[in-house]
Amino acid sequence: MNETYTAVAGFAQTWGLLYFVILFAIVVAYALWPKNRKSFDDAAQIPLRED
Amino acid sequence: MVSLEEGGFAFFLVLLAFACLIIAGKTFDQVMAFHAMIGAVLAGACVFVIFKNYFNDGGMPIPQEIGGKPNYNMGPIKFGSVAAMFWGIAGFTVGLIIALQLAYPALNFDLPWTNFGRLRPLHTSAVIFAFGGNVLLATSMYVVQRTCRARMPGKILPWFVIIGYNVFILIAGTGYLLGATQGKEYAEPEWYADLWLTVVWVAYLLLFLGTIWRRKEPHIYVANWFYLAFIVTIAMLHITNNLTIPVSIYSTQSVIVWSGVQDAMVQWWYGHNAVGFFLTAGFLAIMYYFIPKRAERPVYSYRLSIVHFWALIFIYIWAGPHHLHYTALPQWASTLGATFSIILWMPSWGGMINGLMTLSGAWDKLRTDPVLRMMVVSVAFYGMSTFEGPLMSLRAVNSLSHYTDWTIGHVHSGALGWVGYISFGALYCLIPWLWNKKGLYSLKLVNWHFWLSTLGIVLYITAMWVSGIMQGLMWRAYDQLGFLEYSFVETVEAMHPFYVIRALGGALFVVGALIMAYNLWMTVRHGEAEEAEAAPTGSLAAAE
Repeated sequence: MNETYTAVAGFAQTWGLLYFVILFAIVVAYALWPKNRKSFDDAAQIPLRED
Repeated sequence: MVSLEEGGFAFFLVLLAFACLIIAGKTFDQVMAFHAMIGAVLAGACVFVIFKNYFNDGGMPIPQEIGGKPNYNMGPIKFGSVAAMFWGIAGFTVGLIIALQLAYPALNFDLPWTNFGRLRPLHTSAVIFAFGGNVLLATSMYVVQRTCRARMPGKILPWFVIIGYNVFILIAGTGYLLGATQGKEYAEPEWYADLWLTVVWVAYLLLFLGTIWRRKEPHIYVANWFYLAFIVTIAMLHITNNLTIPVSIYSTQSVIVWSGVQDAMVQWWYGHNAVGFFLTAGFLAIMYYFIPKRAERPVYSYRLSIVHFWALIFIYIWAGPHHLHYTALPQWASTLGATFSIILWMPSWGGMINGLMTLSGAWDKLRTDPVLRMMVVSVAFYGMSTFEGPLMSLRAVNSLSHYTDWTIGHVHSGALGWVGYISFGALYCLIPWLWNKKGLYSLKLVNWHFWLSTLGIVLYITAMWVSGIMQGLMWRAYDQLGFLEYSFVETVEAMHPFYVIRALGGALFVVGALIMAYNLWMTVRHGEAEEAEAAPTGSLAAAE
């Protein structure tokens, strides 16, 4: 029981942390990628465009 | 020819009606018999309506576009927004009644049906699932169609979703009053109601995805991402937390498959994410559409909204264990919950800043447009309660705040301030758009609504802060000999004045909602019609 706990906690504290950091880095890179700027600026206008 | 959709729904509902009739006939459980009869009658009535409409329109397909513009399906949205207003007033009123019961216990009337224990889940479900749920259903159907520039798929499907959901509310609410509950907070409905909601919810997911699938707009607007996260996560939470085995198909009773602390953890994983994905993600979607629309400017930063979305959904899902500090739950799990709650400050405040800063350069609109003011104050309340929440999730603070009225105050600053106000703002926008009116009947009445309910919220939360902290401190006060200083009933006595103040705040909130209902009614009945090709549906033009 105790070893399982240590193993799970150890896994969460290392790989879990890494997983979140990488995920966050990908999201931030995607959001700030210069090439995406135009399409995001355009997307922001979607609710305001008439149809 | 009857379409596959019409035939399929009619067939399913006929089967359902018969199943309900058999259950109603064979059960010894009176609540089950009552609910099965409701099911049989409503399913039968819906089959009748499906065929009546088929014979009226001769099964003609609905045009997807009229004059080059998408032929949006607004009927179910109208139904949902009216239902939201109805359930809202019902839920707020029941809230006021139970607030008064706490101050004056004689108001329980010694009857089982009007007892606090039954009315309390009626209140929470009515405001969260009936009012909030209908607002989310209605606005999501509106927003996804407008931002995808496509009509929702199906003829029956959207109606099935909105009516099916309200039938769930009816079954759940009457069940509470008659004593049918599985005793899980915010998940009280019994197994058959849960099963029905699962069917409706999957239909809702398909409807939403189907609309996105047919979109003319290449980019999926951020509000739709939030709605989608809300729909998918609620499905997952609802199913996991309601894995029950019925005692018998003829009984309202059921047994959950989880046991002990695992059950508690699943329950609060569900419970906290009901806050995170129902009351936050869904209403953030409303913020991302309705505030830009009303302010007539794009969201402050679309890039921030992307980071906001992914950060929020990946972090919120872990925060649940903070509801179980100092219980049988292992300490590491409760630490994990608190840690993720603290991390949530970031996406929460990022989102709040994004919502508020949308107004930058147009702050003067707060003075002239009470609807926009309502939505902006809502976002401010969002910021306040998402600051307070992580604070309360820390073990040291929680040891004082847990089980006290502080929690109730915290919940209501989020529920009345954030969810309530953003919903009111959305409905104030939506009703004139749906009924093709130039604007609201009276902005002056919106102003009255705003100030009355703001005063109500302030009275509510300050009373609960004082009473909650006082209660917590009285519980932990010892005398010189190490005995507890106060008996429980002494704390109850001390809280009485604050209960009265809270009920007064609630009464102001109810009055505000009644003013709103009158205003919306007058808008629909007597509002000035918008000219055919007239301007933007989001126009601010006040029609007073």
